[in-house]
Amino acid sequence: MRSSILVPLAAGLLAFPFTGVRNALSVFAVACAAVFLLHVYRTATVVAFRESADGSIDRLRGLLSTLAPYLRSSAALSIISIIFLILPILLNDYYRDILTLTGMYIVLALGLNIIVGQAGLLNLGYVAFYAVGAYTYAILSTRFGLSFWPGLFVGALTAGAAATLLGFVTLRLRGDYFAIVTLGLGEITRIVLNNWSSLTGGPNGIARIGRPMIGGYVLSSTFDFYYLIVLIVAVTIYAVHRLMFSRIGRAWIAIRGDEVAAEAMGINTFRLKLLAFVLGSAWAGLTGVFFAAKMAFVSPESFTFFESVMILCMVVLGGMGSIPGIILGAFLLIALPEVFRDFQDYRMLAFGVALVLMMIFRPQGLLGAVKK
Amino acid sequence: MLELTGIVVSYGMIEALKGVSLRVEQGEIVALIGANGAGKSTTLMSISGISLLRQGSIVYNGVPIAGRPAHEIVRMGVSQVPEGRRIFSRMTVTENLEMGAFVRNKRETVGDMERCFEMFPALAGRRRQLGGTLSGGEQQMLAIGRALMARPKLLLLDEPSLGLAPIIVSRIFKIIKEINQQGTTVLLVEQNAKAALRLAHRAYVMETGKIVLQGQAAVLENDPGIKKAYLGE
Repeated sequence: MRSSILVPLAAGLLAFPFTGVRNALSVFAVACAAVFLLHVYRTATVVAFRESADGSIDRLRGLLSTLAPYLRSSAALSIISIIFLILPILLNDYYRDILTLTGMYIVLALGLNIIVGQAGLLNLGYVAFYAVGAYTYAILSTRFGLSFWPGLFVGALTAGAAATLLGFVTLRLRGDYFAIVTLGLGEITRIVLNNWSSLTGGPNGIARIGRPMIGGYVLSSTFDFYYLIVLIVAVTIYAVHRLMFSRIGRAWIAIRGDEVAAEAMGINTFRLKLLAFVLGSAWAGLTGVFFAAKMAFVSPESFTFFESVMILCMVVLGGMGSIPGIILGAFLLIALPEVFRDFQDYRMLAFGVALVLMMIFRPQGLLGAVKK
Repeated sequence: MLELTGIVVSYGMIEALKGVSLRVEQGEIVALIGANGAGKSTTLMSISGISLLRQGSIVYNGVPIAGRPAHEIVRMGVSQVPEGRRIFSRMTVTENLEMGAFVRNKRETVGDMERCFEMFPALAGRRRQLGGTLSGGEQQMLAIGRALMARPKLLLLDEPSLGLAPIIVSRIFKIIKEINQQGTTVLLVEQNAKAALRLAHRAYVMETGKIVLQGQAAVLENDPGIKKAYLGE
């Protein structure tokens, strides 16, 4: 009980020298409110509510998993694909664009999930490989006229190659140290892009990047890019699903569970971690190429730390290691800020609160596997 | 089969092993006993290639294996049941056993899994249960079963009796004996000196990173020094 006074008091006093009296008072008030809420949180009614909320999400999960075999049937798959093929016709340009954006982030999040959710490597600089893909295509397209389809592969390969080089060094670190180094890598990449003007155009970026072409037709409308990303998402889901349930996927889960035991089973842990890092990054590179071709313009602004955090949030929020969970996470984090445009300034705050709440209530993510 | 000569392992400035030499012959059960911190587990870890040697050599079936990565050593037929069991708690019993056979072709392992369940009937009823939900004894059995799935020629066991009730310990020791009789060589690290000496053919006694005594297990069991230090007499 004493701490409920002391904590806000300490917070207020700490804030005082930096922010002045009035702000210190508001910090004090906010801290008081937080402590009060914490007490409420511990009361029986809230605990009961928490449990019932948790129960209903789990029932939803149960329903989903009983439905899963039907969902995987070819009939259901064709219905889903028809919905996604017809959907854009019913929507306007704005919503088509948002759906395309969501698709991009689904691919990015599924790629990051290989690294974070499967192999358990906390990568805070994922956006670096997204940038490598985007800039690779931007440079090769504007200078050498490389077209989009080979560009997709070149972008993925370059990002994968960059990840191989960096992984060799960074994967010798464990846990938090790895996270910090990848965080640094992400920032270094952005700063290099910002300053290497002769190659990257610096802060001005690179414009007039080639659009994808099929036959003589140039893809440029929101329709075109929507269908292109639907195709990429479908291929990604299929590939990631196959990978998750393969021998390699199992070995990743073992490494995440207990690295020493995994080693004792004869798993080459270093090579498999490197493989996860490279495969995940290659997907980021591929998405980067799509992004560059869609916008026809890239600049360092698109590749900030915030992007890495947002993609990580999608993985964590939706549920690590669960494909439907991650798709849900991407939808929530892209669609919601668009719907609540007026609150955009508070987006970061809302993400932070959402993550903290998730850690308290549902550490495995919304649709993450139940691990009791 | 296995010969360690003067191995030195250090963690930073601290020398955990100060020149350990021991040998294990084909078909034997050899016990390595000693107090906490004597270096028993480190010895096993260095055989498995997880702890790195500073000096000395480890020869397995005529091949020097010191410095080889851990996963290669498993492929050569040396499996370890690590201290504290280290079950994959988020995998089922069956999945844990499958992980044990990771280095082998899947088709060859079908019968092995059934043999494992015959050996440990307690696990057979719990195939789909998550490893983390098993009791301590069951986890130990699973850890041993998992190591056996690699079909090792040499099985390294690190404190299989740790934290288990005496009745479970004797059951597990009986199984270790069976495994040995079926042709697997066993190197056993134990603090439970009495039980280990009864099971083993030969034994080594470690103290602060060195081997201080060695000999036939039956002889060591009656050694007055051992009795005083480890058997509580």
